[in-house]
Amino acid sequence: MEPFDFISPSSIEEAVKTLASSGDQARILAGGTDMLVQMRAGRRTAPLVVDIKGIPELNVMSYDASKGLTLGAAVPCYRIYQDATVATAYPGLIDSAFLIGGIQIQGRASIGGNICNAAPSGDAIPAVIALGGVCNVTGPNGTREILCEDFCTAPGRNALENGEILVSISIPAPQPNAGANYLRFIPRNEMDIAVAGVGSAVQLDASGQNFVSARIALASVAPTPVFAKEAGDSLAGKAVSEEAVQQASELAMAAAKPISDMRGTIRQRTHLIGVLTRRTLNNAIERARGG
Amino acid sequence: MTSNQVLSEVEYDVVGKRPVRPDGVDKVTGRAQYGDDTNLTGTLRAKVLRSPHAHARIKFIDTSKAEALPGVRAVITAKDLPFASLSKKELGGEYTSLKFASDHMMASDKALFKGHPVAAIAAVNAHVAESAMALIEVDYEVLKPVVDVREAMQDGAPLLHEDLRTNDMGETGEKPSNVATHMSYSIGDLDKGFAEADLVLEKEYTTSTVHQGYIEPHNTTAFWNSDGQLNLWTSTQGSFQVRGTVASILRLPVSQVKVTPMEIGGGFGGKITAYLDAICAVLSKKTGAPVKALMTRTEVFEASGPAPASWMRVKIGVKNNGKMTAVETEMAMDAGAYPGSPVMQAIVCAFACYDVENGKVDGYDVVDNKPKTAAYRAPGAPQAAFAVESLIDEICAELNMDPIEFRLLNAAKEGTRRIEGLVARRIGLVECLEVARDHDHYKSKIDGPNGRGVACGYWPNRGFQSSVVMTVNYDGVVSLLMGSVDIGGTRASIAQQTAETLGIGYEDVKPTVVDTDSIGYTFITGGSRTCFATGLAAINAAEDVKSQMISRAAKIWDTNEDDIEYVAGVVQHKSDEELKLTFKDLARQLATTGGSVSGRASVDPSGEGNGYAVHIADVTVDPDTGKTDVTRFTAVQDAGKAIHPSYVEGQMQGGAVQGIGWALNEEYFFDDSGKMMNPTFLDYRMPISLDLPMIDTVIVEVANPGHPYGVRGVGEVAIVPPMAAVGNAVSAATGNRMRSLPITPGKILEADWENGKS
Ligand SMILES: Cc1cc2nc3c(=O)[nH]c(=O)nc-3n(C[C@H](O)[C@H](O)[C@H](O)COP(=O)(O)OP(=O)(O)OC[C@H]3O[C@@H](n4cnc5c(N)ncnc54)[C@H](O)[C@@H]3O)c2cc1C
Repeated sequence: MEPFDFISPSSIEEAVKTLASSGDQARILAGGTDMLVQMRAGRRTAPLVVDIKGIPELNVMSYDASKGLTLGAAVPCYRIYQDATVATAYPGLIDSAFLIGGIQIQGRASIGGNICNAAPSGDAIPAVIALGGVCNVTGPNGTREILCEDFCTAPGRNALENGEILVSISIPAPQPNAGANYLRFIPRNEMDIAVAGVGSAVQLDASGQNFVSARIALASVAPTPVFAKEAGDSLAGKAVSEEAVQQASELAMAAAKPISDMRGTIRQRTHLIGVLTRRTLNNAIERARGG
Repeated sequence: MTSNQVLSEVEYDVVGKRPVRPDGVDKVTGRAQYGDDTNLTGTLRAKVLRSPHAHARIKFIDTSKAEALPGVRAVITAKDLPFASLSKKELGGEYTSLKFASDHMMASDKALFKGHPVAAIAAVNAHVAESAMALIEVDYEVLKPVVDVREAMQDGAPLLHEDLRTNDMGETGEKPSNVATHMSYSIGDLDKGFAEADLVLEKEYTTSTVHQGYIEPHNTTAFWNSDGQLNLWTSTQGSFQVRGTVASILRLPVSQVKVTPMEIGGGFGGKITAYLDAICAVLSKKTGAPVKALMTRTEVFEASGPAPASWMRVKIGVKNNGKMTAVETEMAMDAGAYPGSPVMQAIVCAFACYDVENGKVDGYDVVDNKPKTAAYRAPGAPQAAFAVESLIDEICAELNMDPIEFRLLNAAKEGTRRIEGLVARRIGLVECLEVARDHDHYKSKIDGPNGRGVACGYWPNRGFQSSVVMTVNYDGVVSLLMGSVDIGGTRASIAQQTAETLGIGYEDVKPTVVDTDSIGYTFITGGSRTCFATGLAAINAAEDVKSQMISRAAKIWDTNEDDIEYVAGVVQHKSDEELKLTFKDLARQLATTGGSVSGRASVDPSGEGNGYAVHIADVTVDPDTGKTDVTRFTAVQDAGKAIHPSYVEGQMQGGAVQGIGWALNEEYFFDDSGKMMNPTFLDYRMPISLDLPMIDTVIVEVANPGHPYGVRGVGEVAIVPPMAAVGNAVSAATGNRMRSLPITPGKILEADWENGKS
């Protein structure tokens, strides 16, 4: 690992200014659980490391039953799942926060970092996309909102421009009779990279027998996490049934464009998307019904 | 549920008990001194520049820019090793072995695997050394690599060593080849045996390259003193082994090298070869300063010694009643860059569980562009057992026969002649099979997506040289010095055998692992030999102490030594009941009767007791994803005598766990250029605690007649059966017969698809 300079700005303005003037010489550090590993392995060099954990807005976690959740980009996973209100409101998000690494990693790793790292396998990203999450970004030209499904642009690349930082993620308030779930497939039971992952969110009508809407997103089956819009939309207005779930899973499989590598083949990954879509939809339905 | 149990044959006072380990407090409080804790004043840090290519000719190396970097103290290449300045003529018959050993440590003409050392740097700190690596210019002529054992055997495969010719049963091959050796054994009449069979099955099996995965990476500190003495502090399974390798590569007399073995964070066979020692030594000589090197995990994966990948064909003939009539196998294992795979052990162990009249085994030791393989627990035997025990499971299914009854019918016993010609002494396979058959695990019901598999395994265990010295202190405490590195509880188990022999308390024995100048030659901690052979040395040294204690008493009582006996820690006159001294009381009088008493012994025993194990595995396979979970596992093993049952159980559980990893997920992935794609614990998937059930153990004690307490080795045979046990369980659960390791979820799904399931 090469020596680097380190600064820890205490405001968004200071961070943006530093980043804008340093260009590609600077790298943002949140929990560091991706960044430091990449630097030590020589996959990334960073003459200047900008630690954003000291900025108050990035540590905010505020929930309001009507406005939803504002999750500061640097909030570590353990804070999310230890907050009883947030955990009750967004079990689909907690699925991801629990999956990322083990206890030690969860003490540092942030959802913001997971999204910005833009790995096709990032376990929080499909969950946030399924929940309709929005990324709040600030840069030299002010603030803007980017839909989570538009945020990742290529493996390890995101939509941020020079000088921009992800400040927080907004997740809409949970609707009545709604439920969500994220599952990934790994050969071991923990500490692994998703061979395939699926996040599903559904809203049912008051009877719990019909879909109002649904969103499905996929991990590890394309250069970026995939928003399988057609798969989710196919459920809107339909009665909850095995056929409807099956049909949505087939559309999700069609949206998957995986490659074969040491972690899995095209056929295996596509097959797993089908399995996981059915499982996450069924779990989401159960949660929506209060199960 | 039953958990760990010991089926004891004889009760002793100290042997067979579970005292706290002498090194325990230091280890749990973080005070134990491992290799990386060696910090001599002025130590430089070394980094090794490694070949990015799996196969390349090294045309030239320019180190001048690196040498010019401030903070860099020395750079070496293979030119700095003695081999470079020795001629073929001078070396004579030693030429090839020295070239291989020296080149393995640092490549002279060719890089033969990705990660092969080509240069090394000593600098004021590791960061400077790392920066300097980028400044070394190496001109490579990249060659086509071969990383598959069968491809490497083909005519026209890229050749690693232009002058390597096959040693085919003593005859040297005509043209260069990657097949270093072909070996063969046979017994009886194979054709007759197969002709007598009612059922003959023949299948092929493959296994992948796997790593031992010890938690502590290799490390060394070397200091070449100006008086010519070379000191090494290192993590190794064998300090004398390191001394021998370094002395031979550096052309030094062994006594000029002193190796201090530090505490070791795992080895499993992988810490026998010396990788960094000679490199640090040469850098230390050049700089006059101590030099320390640590491998990263990636270096460990890419450039230490994994276990070989294998291809195996097995053919077995049986009568309808299950009696085996003939067995045959051909096994090829890749040795990596230099010859020396454990294929010989593989073919010898393959059928050692069975009493069969007719058999033939052939083995091929093959070089390819992978790191040179090293020992890994029962080297060669786990692969062989996977093939043989899987085929036997298929035979049992065809015959509709219980797999344990089948094995009992055919089990090797005392007097069984094995394929390599040796006749088995008293062994405990039948006892292990009976315990497994009667275990409530085996009797419990299993169905649904679950499956159960059983398999057995054999490992000969080793003897070899060990030395022990023990001194009686005036307070009655015995200082016990040994050359055996303590990996799995050696201090405790040797202290127990010492205490038992002397009839004193375990807490009155103080064991220390010492350096190569402080004890006689002691072979590695490996081969499941240490508790047996070093234990025997300790027993003999204790007997030496006892006879000296008797002569001291004779002096005190002014009587004849023959009138004195040593019984359970008390020295007493045979006829005069008044004359009696406990070991402690007599120790207090040593100072006035001639000084301290030291006992010593060096042994090279041949009475090692063969090890057998039987494993039962239950699995659940997710029918949608192909993922296997091991839900219950019982390991039964003949320990001869479990000196410290907890450490025996630990070995059995550890072997089973490593075997489960080997069975399900562990493998090296290579890309087309021969580069390992997964050299991290993230992608080299060893099982984590969540992937494992409690491993239940049953220790069977069928005493080894070759050891006073009946000890057999226990460290290795535990990894022999698990792959087949798990594979057989997967087959029972899914109907898919898996003949290629690891049995990944992807392979299970593919097998489903091939069988028409979707
Ligand atoms: C042992 C281990 C296990 C892991 N297991 C998992 C797992 O199961 N699933 C999974 O998905 N990941 C896993 N990871 C990866 C990692 O922990 C997660 O991706 C984590 O969420 C990253 O968050 P972080 O805060 O540590 O990000 P960092 O490493 O600090 O940053 C990640 C990237 O995002 C950028 N960045 C961070 N914050 C911002 C911001 N506010 N604005 C702009 N850019 C920013 C950084 O510059 C960097 O490029 C694991 C890592 C380790 C070491």
